[in-house]
Amino acid sequence: MASPDDLKFQEFEEAADLLAADPGASTLSISSSSAAVSSGDVKVDLSDDEDNQQESSELLGGEKQTSGFWTFEYYQSFFNVDTVQVLDRIKGSVMPLPGRNFVKHHIRNNPDLYGPFWICATLVFSVAISGNLSTFLSKKGDPQYHYRPQFHKVTIAAVAVFLYAWLVPLGVWGFMTWRQNAERQTSAYSFLETVCVYGYSLFIYIPTSILWSIPFGWLQWLLIVVAMVISGSVLVTTFWPVVRDDTKTTAFATMATIVVLHALLAVGCKMYFFQTAELTVSPLSPTTPAMLNHTALINKPH
Amino acid sequence: MAEVVDVNKPLFAGLSDVSIAEDIPVEGDIAVPVRSQSGDDEISTLDEPVKDTILRDLKAVGQKFVHVLYPKKSSALLRDWDLWGPLLLCVTLALMLQGGSADSKDDGGPQFAEVFVIVWFGSIIITLNSKLLGGTISFFQSLCVLGYCILPLTVAMLVCRLVLLGSMEVGGFIIRLVVVTASFGWSTFASTAFLADSQPPNRKALVVYPVFLFYFVISWMILTFSPSH
Repeated sequence: MASPDDLKFQEFEEAADLLAADPGASTLSISSSSAAVSSGDVKVDLSDDEDNQQESSELLGGEKQTSGFWTFEYYQSFFNVDTVQVLDRIKGSVMPLPGRNFVKHHIRNNPDLYGPFWICATLVFSVAISGNLSTFLSKKGDPQYHYRPQFHKVTIAAVAVFLYAWLVPLGVWGFMTWRQNAERQTSAYSFLETVCVYGYSLFIYIPTSILWSIPFGWLQWLLIVVAMVISGSVLVTTFWPVVRDDTKTTAFATMATIVVLHALLAVGCKMYFFQTAELTVSPLSPTTPAMLNHTALINKPH
Repeated sequence: MAEVVDVNKPLFAGLSDVSIAEDIPVEGDIAVPVRSQSGDDEISTLDEPVKDTILRDLKAVGQKFVHVLYPKKSSALLRDWDLWGPLLLCVTLALMLQGGSADSKDDGGPQFAEVFVIVWFGSIIITLNSKLLGGTISFFQSLCVLGYCILPLTVAMLVCRLVLLGSMEVGGFIIRLVVVTASFGWSTFASTAFLADSQPPNRKALVVYPVFLFYFVISWMILTFSPSH
């Protein structure tokens, strides 16, 4: 199973070099250009691929949505994943290797909505429950403290996480598509692929949020740094190849915005939901609307 | 001499050798609940006393409770689905989760509407998820199964409230933890016993995980219930 994958990946590198040598060459999409370059060479082995349908759809240039958006089958096409595929994508988001683009290597023209949705849902509950636990642990010694479930935090966590996981990819995708149309470069990813990358990159925050309930300040900040590095590098290695052909300032600004927003989410969650042992009860609302407004303001670079 | 068809042998007799084996399960969407008495009996149910009507439905609900408590592979929940049981359980659970430290609306346990929304909205999302992944179970059957399998958690809630009437701190917490964990495992096991067959085999874990998350959240709500002193 390793050789067809390596073969496909190298073909893509050749295609990218060809495009770099001749930027005027028009391409429709990265997947179809690699198929065009390698149409004679790559023998598509249907038998040992994990999903036969994705091979044929790659050759067809990614034409998948043939039903209208009002039919059920249209939405079923976004859930066309097996257990092993989801687990493989999660593994890819936790261990980003420098050469591997998450979209090309793991998603491969089969973006799914299962992963992003359920990872966000799990993250909402893990942040809320661990936050509640950390409040309880940090105030256990206080004799006046009476345990409260603080259920409203679930609502706040849900709003924050789902807004981040859906609005930020929308902004990033819109920006990339606008630049692509303006500069006629290699294509941006589709909206679903962007949502997919963001959704799977949030997975590392689930164990991080559970570990945040340990009320040591230095441990919490260390965990933030580790999680940021891992999931930030997934995002960076995914978006850098698309953005690097743009002007230097735009490229760096885009990457910086992506990383900063990601950091804001992590730090905001940590500061709002979790306490270290020495802090008192944080106020209920001022941090979160500020974070949401800040996110919304940065979200409109175009 | 021409061969005479043996008139004593029935026509198409050879076909009886090719028969559908009885152990092959017949799958399909059953969208309409099959009532055991239909047709001519329906007219007579108008004239029966109200007590009979209510008792019949209550007996059906009670029978399904028994099926949840002893989850064998029976199709009673799937064939004759109804939503009375889930409604009853959800209302009971939401009512019992009230009366917590709800003096300040912000910091307390879940409101009644929040429990309702989580149970019903969560069930709908899990059902949609399993249908989108290619499951063959119908929408209301899945809602019915998920709703009925809240029964062990409701029983655990009752036990927790009884335990909280006493005043043991750590011991009471440990008892509540054990009871809630056991009933969480029971609920998840019961619902997967009913739902797992209708999924494609390489996606079973993808369907079971949201069910696990759903009952985990409900268990957390039960475990963290703290009455106001």
